[in-house]
Amino acid sequence: MYDIVIIGAGVSGCAIARELSRYQAKVLVVERAEDVCCGTSKANSAIVHAGYDAAHGSLMARLNVEGSRRMEALSKELDFEYKRNGSLVVCLDKEDLPGLQKLYENGVANGVEGLEIVDAERLHELEPNVTDTAVAALWAPTGGIVCPFGLTIALAENAYTNGVEFRFNTEVTGLTPAEDHWEVQTENGVIDTKYVVNAAGVYADVFHNMVSAKKIHITPRRGDYCLLDRSVGGFVTHTVFQQPGKYGKGVLVSPTVHGNIIVGPTAIDIEDREGNNTTAAGLGELTEKAQKSVKNLPMRQVITSFAGLRAHEDGHEFIIGEVEDAPRFIDCAGIESPGLSSAPAIGVMVAEMLRDKMGLAENPNFVGTRKGILRPSELSLEERNELIHKEPAYGNIICRCEMVTEGEILDAIHRPLGAKSLDGVKRRTRAGMGRCQAGFCSPRTLEILAREWGVPQSEITKSGGHSKLIVGESKDSL
Amino acid sequence: MLQYDIVIIGGGPAGLAAAVAAYDAGSTNILILERDVQLGGILNQCIHNGFGLHTFKEELTGPEYAARFADQVKERGIEYRLSTMVMDISKDRVVTAMNRTEGMFQIQAGAVILAMGCRERARGALNIPGYRPAGIYSAGTAQRLVNCEGFMPGRRVVILGSGDIGLIMARRMTLEGAKVLVVAELMPYSGGLKRNIVQCLDDFGIPLKLSHTVVDIEGKERVTGITLAEVDSHNKPIPGTEEHYDCDTLLLSCGLIPENELSRGMGVELNPVTNGPAVNESLETSIPGVFAAGNVLHVHDLVDYVSEEAAAAGRAAAAYVAAGGKSDADVRRVPLVCSDGPRYTVPCTIAPDQMPEKLTVRFRVGSVMKDRYVSVYFGSDRVIHRKRPVMAPGEMEQVILTRKMFEDHPDLAEIRVCTEEA
Repeated sequence: MYDIVIIGAGVSGCAIARELSRYQAKVLVVERAEDVCCGTSKANSAIVHAGYDAAHGSLMARLNVEGSRRMEALSKELDFEYKRNGSLVVCLDKEDLPGLQKLYENGVANGVEGLEIVDAERLHELEPNVTDTAVAALWAPTGGIVCPFGLTIALAENAYTNGVEFRFNTEVTGLTPAEDHWEVQTENGVIDTKYVVNAAGVYADVFHNMVSAKKIHITPRRGDYCLLDRSVGGFVTHTVFQQPGKYGKGVLVSPTVHGNIIVGPTAIDIEDREGNNTTAAGLGELTEKAQKSVKNLPMRQVITSFAGLRAHEDGHEFIIGEVEDAPRFIDCAGIESPGLSSAPAIGVMVAEMLRDKMGLAENPNFVGTRKGILRPSELSLEERNELIHKEPAYGNIICRCEMVTEGEILDAIHRPLGAKSLDGVKRRTRAGMGRCQAGFCSPRTLEILAREWGVPQSEITKSGGHSKLIVGESKDSL
Repeated sequence: MLQYDIVIIGGGPAGLAAAVAAYDAGSTNILILERDVQLGGILNQCIHNGFGLHTFKEELTGPEYAARFADQVKERGIEYRLSTMVMDISKDRVVTAMNRTEGMFQIQAGAVILAMGCRERARGALNIPGYRPAGIYSAGTAQRLVNCEGFMPGRRVVILGSGDIGLIMARRMTLEGAKVLVVAELMPYSGGLKRNIVQCLDDFGIPLKLSHTVVDIEGKERVTGITLAEVDSHNKPIPGTEEHYDCDTLLLSCGLIPENELSRGMGVELNPVTNGPAVNESLETSIPGVFAAGNVLHVHDLVDYVSEEAAAAGRAAAAYVAAGGKSDADVRRVPLVCSDGPRYTVPCTIAPDQMPEKLTVRFRVGSVMKDRYVSVYFGSDRVIHRKRPVMAPGEMEQVILTRKMFEDHPDLAEIRVCTEEA
């Protein structure tokens, strides 16, 4: 019998798992994908919102500001990439200025520090590529950018190291209340647990509605994105938002922690919870909208486009807490933007809630720090040589666009909850994430994965399930 | 720090030919740095024949062609390091490289020859909408999997782009037992060589659909199908022309991009048309003593021309070293411009006092042109006027300029390469 089963290994589930590992409890994370960070958490703007946007007094506002405040310290404890680059909400029309003022006041009320409305001149000093006709902007120096994979994987690894179990490729198919516990039906058998945490992203309403008469409804809201090459990485240094106004919601243009430029997202409500395909219309809309806030956006430098799904609940508010008519079932639902920014605070909130309800004692063996994958590119020449002497694999470049070595890939495979697929390696090391998009390195990464896991290359997938990369041997069907 | 007169970045066809020519021109202190486990570059996965018709007057496979040059390198005792990645090159030609056994090491080069080749344009750069499942490969990645590793990347294949690697892979996948359903090409003409269309598509009954593109990719885990549509004259899909294909694989052969990250890092000026360095008659870049040749300079159609061009770069580098590493900054240079067909020229400028007796100027045209003349004007004088029945963007064109032409035009301000009505 588990004390707590968390459904979903996205950023919320992993943050909750990590915070729960501070206490003595038998915790299991069940995930239907083959890895952590495979849903909404992997495809988003990678932004840490400062917290001026969410309505004052909402749970979203409170957790956003708190999450944003915690992010920097967490990034040091858990060694993931985060940068406080500041954000600008650009006002494109004089008529929208009162709205900008309101946004400022909302932010101040939410407790966001350092907010300032800057005029056009100061705006262009801060960000020369902002469109000439911009009239003002809300500057939030506490806005940041983060590696969403890095954050989620770090939380999961740290949770695992502190005793949390993970089961992948395990889809939850049903939830049955027993007298003092829950029976969690999965495709791999039944799991008994005292408490359930529902952190299932776009599926959170499905699980909620299995156990409660008070229904909730989540709409997958698709967001298309384009990522531009690092050669144009300096195009903007702040996260440039468009003020929602008469042009609609607009899209953001932002640097990423890896030095690319991200453009997005669209907001298209769909039915299919797996519908993360980009569309020509979506990508076209991005290009058009982005050019309203910045000038000469180098869209020729696109290296990839992708889409993610936000778990938009009808009430547009985080739903976090024990379900009224389903004791010991804790929702963590409707976690759409600013969900990534709020994750550190969501983790603490849910873990403390469970601690208080269950009377959990502190885990005396809890280790709050975790070391990420060594990044040789950050070492000096001498340090790097010492490393290669000890571990020659660090002298072997596999991904030539991002300069990722075999040593880093081996680390990604062999560390806790290590990578099993090509995308798993990519999210941990960036191998295949560069301008050639894995053209050169995928055969080599495939070979390393097969060798290290001791399976034939034909067993290795792009991202689990049936996503096999190789279907047989040459001439085998002749 | 290690010291070499000439350091060559890349041991593919360009790097090897440059090394041999530089050695034969008297510069024997040469080092080739190659990131792969063997010399020969991408030729090692090009197991089809048709290489070397110009250079060796016989039909060789890619690995055989590479081996001829690799043997010449070895016969001369030219040094090379394999599995070695060049990490950085400084303006002062300090090359930082890395491998498993030596770690990071630095070399002071008297001259550098850039010969890094090119890479394929990926799905992302094409911005094809749809899902992102397994089963989407660049043609070259599939070629490596099939030819070098012996794996089948798929069984029912659609190919987007009619670049030469795509055409070659249409035939290869068929020979290996896959069904190639169609090759779609965005442009109204093929991006590959005519002979490859005949030998790789026509001979196998594979349809080529010009002015078509992929507008959707289906399949959440592995590709299950794609949708093609015809495009209008602005390359926009025409509604109502969509056609669905059930397939498990999409191969992309949509253009090659010179790999100039190192060049850019050291501040070499690039030509926005070719994405390769802007070079002078010596194939020297904007940084003195740094030369470029092969697909890193501009994408070639035939390897024979790569070898020829690289040999010229090798000789020029040897001359630069022999002259004590000095180049004449004040020398008179004549710029080349293009119009009415040609999109670029290599080189971009010519110093009449430094050019060889005969200088090959290479270029490509921007669209299919029939029954036109290729003309070269020295000022208002037409010095070359040559009839070409057909020119296509997929095939490289060339004109040969002589010293004599320059001697006849001592005050030349500009050379124009163009095409004219027959």
